[in-house]
Amino acid sequence: MVCPYCACLCDDLDVTIEGNRVTGVDNACDLATHKFQTGNRLPGPIRLTGKGWTGIGREEALDFTVEMLLDADRPLIYGWSTTSVEAQSHGIHIAEEIGGVIDATTSVCHGPSILAIQEVGHPGCTLGQVKNRADVVVYWGCNPLEAHPRHLSRYTTYADVRKTESANVADEFLHLKPGGDYAVLGALRAIVRGKTDFIPAHVAGVPKAQFLRIGEICKGAKYGAFFFGVGLTQTAGKYKNIRNAIELVDELNRHTKWTLTPMRGHFNVYGFNEVCTWATGYPYAVDFSRGMAFYNPGETTAVDILARKECDACLVVASDPGAHFPRAAVEHLASIPVVQIDPMVNATTAFCDVQMPAAVTGIDAEGTAYRMDGVPIRAKKILDLGYPTDSAILGEIYRRIRDERKVREVKGT
Amino acid sequence: MTELLLSNACVIDPLNRVNGDVMDIAIRDGWIVESVGNGAEVIDAKGFLTLAGGIDSHTHLCGTKVNFGRYMMPEDMRAGRTIRRGLMHATSGYSVPTTYGNSYRYSAMGYTSILEGAMAPLEARHTHEEFSATPLQDTMANTLFDGNWSVMEAVREKDVKRAAAIVAWTLAAVKGFAIKLTNPGGTEAWGWGKNVTCIRDTVPHFDVTPAEIIETLIRANELLRLPHSVHLHCNNLGAPGNYQCTLGTFDLVPDLNKERQSLYATHVQFHAYGGTSWKDINSKAEPVAYAVNRKPQIVIDMGQMMFGKTTTMTADGPMEFNLYRLHHNKWSNHDVELETGSGIIPVYYSKKSLVNCVMWAIGLELALLVKDPWQCLLATDNPNGAPFVRYPEIIGLLMSRRYRDEELRTIHPGTEKRIVLHTLDRELTWYDIAVMTRAGQAKALGITKIGKGHLGIGGEADIAVYPIRIGETDPSRDYAAVVSAFQRTAWTIKRGRVVTRDGEVVVEGTNRTIWARSRVPEAYDISKDDRFVKTFDRYYTVRMANYPVQDAYIPRSTCIESEAVL
Repeated sequence: MVCPYCACLCDDLDVTIEGNRVTGVDNACDLATHKFQTGNRLPGPIRLTGKGWTGIGREEALDFTVEMLLDADRPLIYGWSTTSVEAQSHGIHIAEEIGGVIDATTSVCHGPSILAIQEVGHPGCTLGQVKNRADVVVYWGCNPLEAHPRHLSRYTTYADVRKTESANVADEFLHLKPGGDYAVLGALRAIVRGKTDFIPAHVAGVPKAQFLRIGEICKGAKYGAFFFGVGLTQTAGKYKNIRNAIELVDELNRHTKWTLTPMRGHFNVYGFNEVCTWATGYPYAVDFSRGMAFYNPGETTAVDILARKECDACLVVASDPGAHFPRAAVEHLASIPVVQIDPMVNATTAFCDVQMPAAVTGIDAEGTAYRMDGVPIRAKKILDLGYPTDSAILGEIYRRIRDERKVREVKGT
Repeated sequence: MTELLLSNACVIDPLNRVNGDVMDIAIRDGWIVESVGNGAEVIDAKGFLTLAGGIDSHTHLCGTKVNFGRYMMPEDMRAGRTIRRGLMHATSGYSVPTTYGNSYRYSAMGYTSILEGAMAPLEARHTHEEFSATPLQDTMANTLFDGNWSVMEAVREKDVKRAAAIVAWTLAAVKGFAIKLTNPGGTEAWGWGKNVTCIRDTVPHFDVTPAEIIETLIRANELLRLPHSVHLHCNNLGAPGNYQCTLGTFDLVPDLNKERQSLYATHVQFHAYGGTSWKDINSKAEPVAYAVNRKPQIVIDMGQMMFGKTTTMTADGPMEFNLYRLHHNKWSNHDVELETGSGIIPVYYSKKSLVNCVMWAIGLELALLVKDPWQCLLATDNPNGAPFVRYPEIIGLLMSRRYRDEELRTIHPGTEKRIVLHTLDRELTWYDIAVMTRAGQAKALGITKIGKGHLGIGGEADIAVYPIRIGETDPSRDYAAVVSAFQRTAWTIKRGRVVTRDGEVVVEGTNRTIWARSRVPEAYDISKDDRFVKTFDRYYTVRMANYPVQDAYIPRSTCIESEAVL
């Protein structure tokens, strides 16, 4: 059984099913167990009217969605991190067809990592390389024990250096002042290059002696692995932090073997980046309004389009911007037509006009997901609860939009 | 039933020894037949040059590393944008186009079948997903075994049959087409930041040499009766003096198969360098080509380099890191557990660089010095030497001494002392080009039997009609017309259906994946072998049951089956 929770995509879970319900999960972390056993699915499509929520038929929900997308001037299609590549692919084609903007949760998590990679590249590997070879592992700005609980046990065997909030498992803990990541990474780079004279007694609260010690550990590794999370991507410095980390790993490769891997969050957030790249050329934040794929994070990213109040209709799939976006963006979302395709009631439900529940990929739908290291794994279907899949719903929306546009073209001539 | 008659076609079909005859080609339901009824749709080919659909036997267009090339280079994406139009999706990318960009541009050049040069088995699903979004070509995937732990153990034990059993299981599991070795042994060494320099070095921890890996897998390949031979990217790519490594490798190759080569050596331009450093690098195309001329068991492709911007991407991780240290641009690397590695950096090949000029000359020299065009196929190792859209210029250069001379006058003046290109008078013929761009590929890949690469009865109706009349064109003088004709077909026909017309895509298309399965006796089913399973369970990060690519990823496929002789 493949776990559809985080981007570790553990594929060694054993699930017990009785009467079309999951009654036991072995090998999984608590986070995953909870996901398998959550029961609060929305039973069918709902629509917000003047009198509150009413249940509607699937046809009405699809009609509303198609009309909304076709009538919009600046539609946004957003989400994607907890569904299959097959569904994501339909989403990209819908955006292309209607000249909309498509973006993923990437833009509020590892978007800065991608910007850094686009500047300086990415020395990476599959997680088995770390498991089989690494004698030094660094976790930076992430908290694997709580966010990716099985990452340590499945993918690492030794760990000499770890920076984590669960610092008690690390042999070295770099306790730096908030916002000091860029400076500390820069100091480490200098040390690896042999320029120790430049380093002052303390950098962002870290004493020079510790830098020197860590520099030696890193250079002395047979195989080093550097993992980082949103504590590095979304703090002061943002993508420049990641660039510095990549260039540190690059520098270390002149001494020994090092690799770097972003700790991606949701189980298929990386899948969206992959399919969006092979279909459009860019990993996220693609604007089709001029017919070609146009990419400019900061301009074509979801939060920015919403905050500028450009967007006039939004389709949300497999994510919850209501819970995660800044206030200005959520306020604008609440003022425009929004359709959400999601199995559960969430913060976005509060202001969407229509919500369609879909099967959960990895529980009652199968499909492809990409692990944080790029390894594609097929998520399985273990229950049949009668919900349509994201892929089926989006495929149907795409088909109807194309048909309707043909009809409108004929009428127009 | 659908019928099509392509009339008045000037056909060159080397596999059927047809050379410029004007004839009609009858097509029914995607296949070439004797005749069709009066109701058939007729296309008048106007006496234009008509060839079997082009086949690229070594290109990088789908999968993990290709996609990472796109991912890390928005600047390359911006360099090749087209808008959504008619049935065509929007496309991006110049040297690493999006899947639709690849598919449309190859189709406009008459290509109907392509082989992805390097697929890591663990990431095969990714390659197949991209194949599904490459609608106008049939696709095949070379499958990487250069650093396969279980294979290297079998090599150490000198157990060819065990190696064959591992290959058979893996190819069937990942729906791969052929055995690919990229810098054999070197990619595993790179897992520790090391490399091997040539075929006699020892791979760390495995106590085997590249030579042993190559020899064992050539024999295993023939035991499995696979359609293609072993497909090799030699050790020590891109280093001055590496031609000796290449010659040593060629000397390892036995002649084991009457119908095709026993070794396909790819992008040999990158492996034919003399000298001891970048300062004295020179062409060794002559000894390499002469070795090929003496060894019918070897087929090579040119790996031609063309001046301009492109992206280098290969499973040869250590080579890319060395290249990065020369170029200081940006570098990506992706090592794959128990299997292989990869690396990517963007490059600019300049006419002002002496090294680049020597590289440019070597590819052309190889094609002109190898006597038999069936032994030297046209490719650029797309996009490493150049993006595939440059193929027509290469055809022009090979067919015209005048074009070569004009180019030679524009390159670094120091080049002539290091090359022999300026001394070569040979001009390839239309027939040679037909061999080097489709017939030779079909034969080398072993896919003539499924109807690829020819226009005889029973052939698959994959056809390219180029808007040029060979009787009215002197390629030696009118090379510009030749280049232009090969850039855009009048019609590209895939499985009996016109897919592009004057470069415009006219159907949505549905690709087909070709893969190979060798049936081995029960005793050689490696998935039931304790030691293999234990290695798998202990060192991979996916379970063995989740490793094989499900049928959902190859909705349309042709499996070439064989009986292993173990």
